[in-house]
Formats: sequence, C-alpha cells, structure tokens
Amino acid sequence: MKRSTAALLTAPLLIFLLLAFVAPIMAFLWRGVSDAEVRPVLPRTVAALAQWDGAGLPGEEAFAALVADLREARAGNAAGLARAATRLNADQPGLRGLLPMTARRLAAPFDGPAHEAVLAVSEDWAQPETWGAIRRAGGPLSAFHLLAALDLRRDAAGALVQAPEESRIFRAVLARSLWIALLVTACCLALGWPLAWLIATARGWVATALLAAVMLPFWISLVVRTAAWMVLLQREGVVNAALGAFGIGPLPLMMNRFAVVLGMVHILLPFMVLPLVAAFRALDPRLPRAAASLGAAPWRVFLRVTLPLALPGLGAGCLLVFIQALGFYVTPALLGGPNDQMLAWFVGFYATRSVNWGLAAALSILLLVAVGLCVALYGRLAGFRRPGAA
Amino acid sequence: MARAALWAAGVLVALFLLAPILAILPLSFSAGSFLFYPLPGLSLRWYADFFASDFWLPALWNSLVIGLAAAALATLLGTPAAFGLWRMKGAFRAVALGVVLAPMVVPVIVVAVALLLAFGPLGLVATHAGLIIAHAALGVPFVVVTVLASLEGFDPVQLRAAAACGAGPLRAFFRVCLPQIAPGVAAGAVFAFATSLDEVVVALFIAGPAQRTLPRQMFAGLNDQISLTTAAAAGLLVLASVLLLLVVAWLQARGARRGGG
Repeated sequence: MKRSTAALLTAPLLIFLLLAFVAPIMAFLWRGVSDAEVRPVLPRTVAALAQWDGAGLPGEEAFAALVADLREARAGNAAGLARAATRLNADQPGLRGLLPMTARRLAAPFDGPAHEAVLAVSEDWAQPETWGAIRRAGGPLSAFHLLAALDLRRDAAGALVQAPEESRIFRAVLARSLWIALLVTACCLALGWPLAWLIATARGWVATALLAAVMLPFWISLVVRTAAWMVLLQREGVVNAALGAFGIGPLPLMMNRFAVVLGMVHILLPFMVLPLVAAFRALDPRLPRAAASLGAAPWRVFLRVTLPLALPGLGAGCLLVFIQALGFYVTPALLGGPNDQMLAWFVGFYATRSVNWGLAAALSILLLVAVGLCVALYGRLAGFRRPGAA
Repeated sequence: MARAALWAAGVLVALFLLAPILAILPLSFSAGSFLFYPLPGLSLRWYADFFASDFWLPALWNSLVIGLAAAALATLLGTPAAFGLWRMKGAFRAVALGVVLAPMVVPVIVVAVALLLAFGPLGLVATHAGLIIAHAALGVPFVVVTVLASLEGFDPVQLRAAAACGAGPLRAFFRVCLPQIAPGVAAGAVFAFATSLDEVVVALFIAGPAQRTLPRQMFAGLNDQISLTTAAAAGLLVLASVLLLLVVAWLQARGARRGGG
C-alpha cells in the first residue's frame, strides 16, 4: 500500500481528535498563560503603564488614559468592564468595586489634571499595587495564573513574592496530590506483588479464578466500585453495623484520607497486577532456582535475580498507577473530606464554581506536566518504538 | 512456609478486590430498606423501583444511546486509522500514534473542563451530540490499540495477492482483511462502549438534564442519602460489565483461533 493511502486512512481520526480533543485542550491551557480580560477594556492605560517603573505613582498620561478608557467602557462595554474588574480582583482584592465606581464618578467632564480627579475618587488609586495589578494583567502573555497556582505573585516592581499566608493553598494541594498518588502506588505494589506472583505461577483453574478476580473489578464502573465502598464504610454502613454487633463503634471510616486511599488502591490495583503478571510470566523460573542451588539465601535471590528481571514490569505498573492516581476526581470527591481533595477537584472547582478559567488552566498545566514527566519515564522503561532508536 | 504466606497474601488480595462488589450486590435484592446485613428477606422491589423511576430509567436509555453512538463513531474512525498506522513508518507514525493515544493519559478532568469551554460557543454543551463526540474521543484509543493488535496476526502478503487478482485497495480491505480482523474490531467497539458506560467526569461537566447517564445519576445519588435503588442501579451496571467482559473474552478467543489457524 502506498504511503499516501495510509495517511489518508488515518486522516479522518486525526482531524476528529484535533478538533474535538487537542484544540479544546490547547485553547483551555492557553488561558493559563495569557491574559485577555483587561487589555481590550483598558488599552490606553496598559500602553501608558508600559513605561512605568513600578516605583511611586505613574505619570499624568496614565491617569488621563485611564479616564478615557473608563468613559469608553462605561458607555459601550459594561460587560467587558465587569470582566476586567473581576480579573483585577483576583490579583488585588477590592478592585472589583473600584473600577465601576471610578468609571461612574468620572463619567461627567471635569476641569484640572486627570490625576487629581482620579485620586479624589478613591485612596486605592494612590497605591502603586493597584496600578501594578493593571500592568500585570495587560497581557497578552502572562505568568500570573501559573504563579498563582504555585502560591507566588509579583509585586508592583515585578519582584517575585509569596502569596499572602491566608490564600496560600496550592502548593499544599500539589504536595497532597503527589503524596496520595505515591501512597496509592506503594500500596498497590505491596498488595499486587504476591497476587501477581501467584497468578503467574499457579496452574489450571486456580490461575484462571485469580485472574478473573483481577479482571472483573477492572471492568466494573469506577462509580459503582466507589459506591460499594461508601455502602461498606458509611456511618450506618455494613462494616459499622458488623462492628456494632460486637459493641464497637460506630467508627468514622469515611470522609477521610484512609477511605480515599483504600478506594483508589482498590480501583488501581489491576493496573499494577497485570504488568507484573506479564513480567513474572516472562521470567525464566529456572533462574531463581539456579541462584538458590548455588547457595544464595532467599532474600539474595529476590534482590539479585527476581527483582532486576521484574523491574521493567514493575516500573510500568507503578507509573500506570501513579499517572492515573494523580488525576483522580470521583473517588476523593465521594469518599474524602475537604482536606483530601486532589488537584483535579480544584481544576473543576475553579472552572465551574468560581469561573476562574485562568487558574483552572494553570492548575491543569501543573497536572499535565507531572503526567507528562511520568509518561516520558514510562516511554524509556517500556521502550516506545522510536524511529532511529537502536 | 514462605510459600504458604505468599498464597495467603495473594488470596487475601484477590478477596479484597472482589469483596466490595460481593458485599453490595445482595443488598440490592433486600426486601427491607436498609443498607446493611442481615437482610430481612429477598425481593426484586428495588429493581422494580429502578424501572419505574423517572430518575433512573431515562438515564439507562441515555447511557445506551450515547454509548452505542460513541462506540460506532469511535469504531468507524478508529478501524481505518489503525489500518493506516499499521502500514506506516517513521516520524509521522510516532506523532499520529501519540495524538491517538493521548486521550488515554490526559487526566479526564482536563478534558471535561476544556470541552465545557470549547463546546459552549458551539452550542454543544447539554446536547447528546456533544457527549457522544466527547465519549468517542475517549474511547477511540481502545479501538485503535485493539485493531492494531489483531493486525499483528494478519499477513500483508494477502493484500498483494488480492491486488494481483485485480481487487482494488478498498475491495481488498473489505473482502480480505476485514473478515480476518473482525473479532478485533468488535472487541474494540465493546471497549469503546464500556468506556462510555463507565465515564462520569465529562458527563458531570458537559451533560444537561436531558443527557444524564447512569454513572452521572449514581454520582448524584451518592452525594445525598444512598438509597437501595442506587444499589439496584449498581447491580445492573455490574451485570452489564460482566456481560461485556464475557463478550470481549469470547471475541479474543475467536481472534486467537483465527490468528493460529
């Protein structure tokens, strides 16, 4: 078959995925590194602030530009003005009200220099930080959302500073997501290893039954499996009812970290077991036996023979589990409390409930970078067939 | 001694995998209305409740319609693409394969939020078409991977033989190749259907009241007091999963026999 025919056959799918998958994600992520709300509303102000050094107040021309921009926006683009005010409020709380108020008070013509009129409206205009917020939001590219996702911000002079203590949450969320994913991976490895070894070495119906025990939950809906854990663990649930019969409890088994890790391990365990089974089946059983007959102690056989031979399967399983665990949404949302939510929950929260697409996109970029690093590592371990690779 | 410990650990882990499902299923047949044991008696009242409910029954239809349409779309796009990728070499193949497999690794929350943003201006939010497109994109990697795997057992010399006998490329594909890889294509379609049937995050974000699927309704039902009707819905989803697993196992056995013979 000709090369062009092959390309033609893949074209419909590639176009479909570019339109329905790649382009929407790129457009969304773009919001994390750009700023498009303020410039269309305050174009002259943004241009005038480009020369400002960030120390002290900007010059008269910036004040005049602000007055002209606000008058125009109030007359013809009230919705845009509200969006710009919301964006500036994300940087400097309090600016949501300042912008429309200033526009209203300056709508009528006045005499004298613009800066006197503007400063008379509010004390906030005497703060360099207010002007700094406008300049930072001037776009088109901006690191504001990415920095916010790392609990950092820039001050009026452009220096990196920590976010105020009370709004510092995202580094903790990132650390929590990585920690939960790591814990789940470790638990999956500890539980998956003996089961995978058993499946790989057992014969006949035992091997089939054990493999079915892995495959069946693998196919059952994630929501159903999470629901099953809720029924077991809730306050009037199966486990507490059973404990109650012995006079124990009720124990708080749900809405905590324990329930989240338990549910996630249960859901992701097959992704660990299946690559391990493949690795163990490929492992020549004569090698550990040979090591043992040459006098190696069992732990030595394990460390020097079995483990190195199983390492590619083990790495693949760990990365598969870790990648998926990082992006979990449903299980922590249903089984966890407010302090057990992971990055994915915050992406959803900022996109829908607080309509801060920039921050949602920046958090998604963090999540994708973490996943991308793992996929690259997986590619090295599992050996993607690359052109030109030996 | 070590061997016995290994067996005990392995069997316990297998039980851990099955236990939650085995614990919830009998509850859905309870004659009472509490989610714990012992059961006061057996009945099908919660299943009857499910099929009489205007909360669950439309969701069942939505799940079936959206799942079938998404699986059909994914199979129609994925099968020729897999065939093309199979004949391809070099850098373009690597890039194309990367794009095709991306929906498997991108966290689904990112897909959901991005589609909410992109589908809004297009009028695709809260429509069946929007959810079908999204689920087809999520299911298509499974079709491509499954069909590529079954093409491994197909000898391309047969295509040249067909051409030598005067068949055009299309005719050669449909008359020579497709019948041999049909079990793989069918298995891929089942994978895509199962993906849609399981999917809840995208449905949470872009479905409207008229597109609520079974997992979406379960998610809502789990956020308030869990009812036994929810347990019955879980029972039906488990039944669907078991059936799909058996279908795929049967298809793969058929494909393996063909490949061997």
